[in-house]
Amino acid sequence: MTHPETRFARVVLLACLVLFGATSPLRAGEAAPAADDPALEARLVAITSELRCLVCQNQTIADSHADLAVDLRNQVREMLRRGDSREQIVAYMTARYGDFVLYRPPLKESTALLWFGPALLMVAGLVVLVVVLRRRARLPDESFETDDDTSGPTPAAGGPTS
Amino acid sequence: MKSLKFLIPLALFGVLALFLAAGLKLDPREVPSPLIGKPAPDFKLTRLDDPTASISRDDMLGKVWILNVWASWCVACREEHPMLVEFAQRKLVPVYGLNYKDVRADGTAWLSRHGNPYEASLFDGDGRVGIDFGVYGVPETFVIDRKGVIRFKQIGPLTPEVLRDRIEPLLKSLQA
Repeated sequence: MTHPETRFARVVLLACLVLFGATSPLRAGEAAPAADDPALEARLVAITSELRCLVCQNQTIADSHADLAVDLRNQVREMLRRGDSREQIVAYMTARYGDFVLYRPPLKESTALLWFGPALLMVAGLVVLVVVLRRRARLPDESFETDDDTSGPTPAAGGPTS
Repeated sequence: MKSLKFLIPLALFGVLALFLAAGLKLDPREVPSPLIGKPAPDFKLTRLDDPTASISRDDMLGKVWILNVWASWCVACREEHPMLVEFAQRKLVPVYGLNYKDVRADGTAWLSRHGNPYEASLFDGDGRVGIDFGVYGVPETFVIDRKGVIRFKQIGPLTPEVLRDRIEPLLKSLQA
């Protein structure tokens, strides 16, 4: 008696149930090791969210699900438990992977352009702008096109034109 | 002079295009390793084929050697493996393996299936030594000199060009 359409809808619904039913326990499993020490986990997140994951480079070690990121989080967790400072952990990471892992690179000769480049660009832009404006201010009136009020389409502000 | 002013935007575009073109050729996955020129990290690991025998960093002092990081789960390793087998047969230098985050049985089976170029493979099941070596893209290959200093690192599979143009000349100069 059932229409083919309703039967199809049922199959889709069933498929959805099976799919989501199957994935949700997997997702729930990942957050397990966090609970035991919230303060330590907060420090862990604070530190690892400033470190770049080497495998998926646009993610932080805190965010990434890559195997290496999980290992490194465990390593950092262990170091925190041992009482290591933030500086020690950052030094541990940069000794292995270089300054590249730091989302906030240190200020050095080689990174000076990185740090000050944007400000330099802005200053350069402002200088160009000022020069152009001053030069334009000195120009005589004849060098500008005159606003031709009679021929130009100057719509009246509100009110229908007859 | 003034008539050429209209070319300035074109010139700026040209410069920008050159920079972007150069940027396309860079591989962002190749992070310069801070370990080059530094002593290899200390390690002591058991052999893949013999859990009772171990090899440490100091055992390797006095010879130039190659450490190749591999795993049975690593697809790119299979790709470079025939080249490595062939390279090892030429006996230029002892090649050691670092079996990274693997299962002993899987690693051993992989070697018997694809050939074993290694003097020995060190078994790094939890990946700790891998982390100390800054491994993040298996396979990786290190050249280590007589004093235990890392002289070269290849991230990703070896290529015939890298072997011929980078590694072999380096080995010659190190062994001289």
